[in-house]
Amino acid sequence: MTTPILEMIDIQKHFGRIIALSGVSFSVMPGECHCLLGDNGAGKSTFIKTMSGAHTPTGGEMRVAGDTVHFTSPREALAAGIATVYQDLAMIPLMSVSRNFWLGREPEAGFGPLRWLDFKKADAITLEQMKQMGINLREPGQAVGTLSGGERQTVAIARAVYFGAKVLILDEPTSALGVRQTANVLTTIDRVRKKGIGVVFITHNVRHAMAVGDRFTVLNRGKTLGTADRGHISSEELQSLMAGGQELAQLEASLGKTI
Amino acid sequence: MTSTTSTDERLKRNSLLRRALVRPELGAIGGTAAVFAFFLILAGGTQMFALDGVINWGTVSAQFIVLAVGVSLLMIAGEFDLSLGSMVGFSGMVFGLLVVHVGIPVWLAILLTFVVCALIGTINGVLVIRTGLPSFVVTLAFMFILRGATIWSAITFNKQPVVSGIGDAAAGDPIAWLFGGKAFTGLFTWLGQQGIIETYTRGTRAGQPIVDGIPMLILWAIGLVIVGQWVLTRTKFGNWIYAAGGDPQAARNVGVPVARVKVLMFIVAAICAALLGISQAIEFGSAASDRGIMKEFEAIICVVIGGALLTGGYGSVVGAALGAIIFGVVQQGLFFTNVESSLFRVFLGTILLGAVVANTYIRRSITGER
Repeated sequence: MTTPILEMIDIQKHFGRIIALSGVSFSVMPGECHCLLGDNGAGKSTFIKTMSGAHTPTGGEMRVAGDTVHFTSPREALAAGIATVYQDLAMIPLMSVSRNFWLGREPEAGFGPLRWLDFKKADAITLEQMKQMGINLREPGQAVGTLSGGERQTVAIARAVYFGAKVLILDEPTSALGVRQTANVLTTIDRVRKKGIGVVFITHNVRHAMAVGDRFTVLNRGKTLGTADRGHISSEELQSLMAGGQELAQLEASLGKTI
Repeated sequence: MTSTTSTDERLKRNSLLRRALVRPELGAIGGTAAVFAFFLILAGGTQMFALDGVINWGTVSAQFIVLAVGVSLLMIAGEFDLSLGSMVGFSGMVFGLLVVHVGIPVWLAILLTFVVCALIGTINGVLVIRTGLPSFVVTLAFMFILRGATIWSAITFNKQPVVSGIGDAAAGDPIAWLFGGKAFTGLFTWLGQQGIIETYTRGTRAGQPIVDGIPMLILWAIGLVIVGQWVLTRTKFGNWIYAAGGDPQAARNVGVPVARVKVLMFIVAAICAALLGISQAIEFGSAASDRGIMKEFEAIICVVIGGALLTGGYGSVVGAALGAIIFGVVQQGLFFTNVESSLFRVFLGTILLGAVVANTYIRRSITGER
C-alpha cells in the first residue's frame, strides 16, 4: 500500500469554547479524488483551512507523504505542495489570463538590475497549460473577466498544478456553476487526478461527488461519519449521512427522491 | 492534421472596435486628436502653433503630466491622494525656506525637500494601510494639514506668504538647472543664428532666439511617462500594481506584498508633487504658499480621461499623459483664442463626466458585467 500524500489524523480544532472539529481523520492518495461532503456548518471550511495551513489544529496529527508536519501559514503548506483553490478563486477579473496565471511568480528576463516580464514565455506556457485543461484561449491577453465561472475555476486549478501542487484542495468548485460548466470542472478534476495529483473535492452536492470521486468522506457536526470507497455507497446513503438523518429520509419519501 | 485552434463556440468573437475599446488610452487618444483639431481650426492663425506657442502649452501640459504620472500609478494601485496639490505648495515652501532662511546650498535643499515629501507620502500610505480607512479621507486631512503648514511657515519665518530670492541662490548651483533650467540652449541659439527659428529683432536681447531652449520640466515629463509606462506594463512590479488595485485580497493570496506596493506608490506620487513644487520655485525664483491649489483634482481628472478606473486596477500612464496634454492645450488654447478662461472649468467638469461614463462602459465590456 502506498503512503497517502496527505494524511490528517484525529484533527481537532477549538475556537475558545466552540468545538469546530472534534476528531476528523482524512487522507488522500496520489492520483485519487477524495470527496469531502458535508452540509453547511459541518466544519468543512475549518477543515480546509486547517489542511491549507491557515488554521493550526488544536489537536491531532498532519502528515505529508508520511512525515509529520506543522504548518503555521498557507505559504508553508503551499511550499509542501498543498494548494487550495477557494470558491472566490483569487483571480483578478480586470487582468489578463496570463498576468493572473503568473501573478506573484512572474518570469523575468533582462540583465543586471534591469529586469522585465518575459511575456513570450509567460504567454506560451499559459496557452499551453490552458489547452491541456481543455480551454482554448483566443489570446493570453484576454481579461479573466471575459471567462465563464467554470473557465476561471480551471485557470485557478491549472495555475496550482503548474506551480507544483501535489495535493489540490478544491473548495466547492461547482457550487455556483451551471450544468455545462460543472461538467467542464469535473472533467478538469479528472485530468488533474490522472497527473498523479491528489484531489480533495469539497462539495455538498452528492451527484457532483459521485461523478468523479474515488472515495467519499462525510463530515457532520465536526466529525467524520466514515469513509466509503466508490461502488460501496449509494448517493442516497451519502445524502442521508450528510443531512444526519431521519428528517431527510421522511422528506425524501414525500418528495419522491427529488432532492 | 486538422486545425484544432477553433475558438470556444460560447464566446462571441470580439469585434475589432470592441477590442480597441478595452485599451485604456483609446479615449484619451481620441480626445487629444479632437482637441488639436479644434484649436488648429480656431487658433491655427495665432501664435499657438508657432514654436513659442508650442513651448507655452507644452510647459503647462508638462506640469500636469508630472503630477498625473504619479497619480495614475497610485490610482491603478487602488488609492487616492488628495494632499498632492498641497504637497506642491508645501515642497516649494520647504525648499524656499531652506535656501533663503536656513541658507543651505540649493542642491542640499532639493535633496532634503524630496526626503521630507517622501516621508509624508510614507505616512499617508502607512496610515491608509494600517487604519483601513479610505485613502480619500486620510489624504483629505493631509490636504488641509500641509496647506496650513505651508502658509503658517511662510508667515512665521518670512513675514509674508511668498518667499523670494531663490533665483539668485540657484544660479551656479550644480543641480538646480536640472529643475528650473532649459535644455539644448546651444542648439536653439544656433538655430536662431541660422534664421531657422525666430529671434528678437530689437531690445537688449536682439539676435537671440525667442525660444532659447526646452524647459527641463518638459524633459522630466517625457522621462517620467516612459519610465512609468514601462514599469507599469512591462515589469513584475507593474503587474503587482495592477493586482494591488484590482483585488488586494486575491493579490495577497498569491504572495504579492500589497501593502508595500501601495505605500511605495504614495511615495512616488509625493515625489512627483515635490518635483513640480521645486521646479516651479526655481523657475519663478520664489515659493508661494498658494501654489498647487486644485492640482490634486486636476491630476485625477487627467488620469480618468486617460482611461483609469476610479476603483483601481486599470489604467495607463500614457493615457494619463494624454489627458494632461488635453488639459494644457485647452487651458492655453482658450487664451490664444481669446475665449473667457473661466470656461476652462466648465470644460473640465464636462470632460470628466464624459470620461467616467465611458470608462464604466469599458469596464463592463472587459469584465462581462451587466
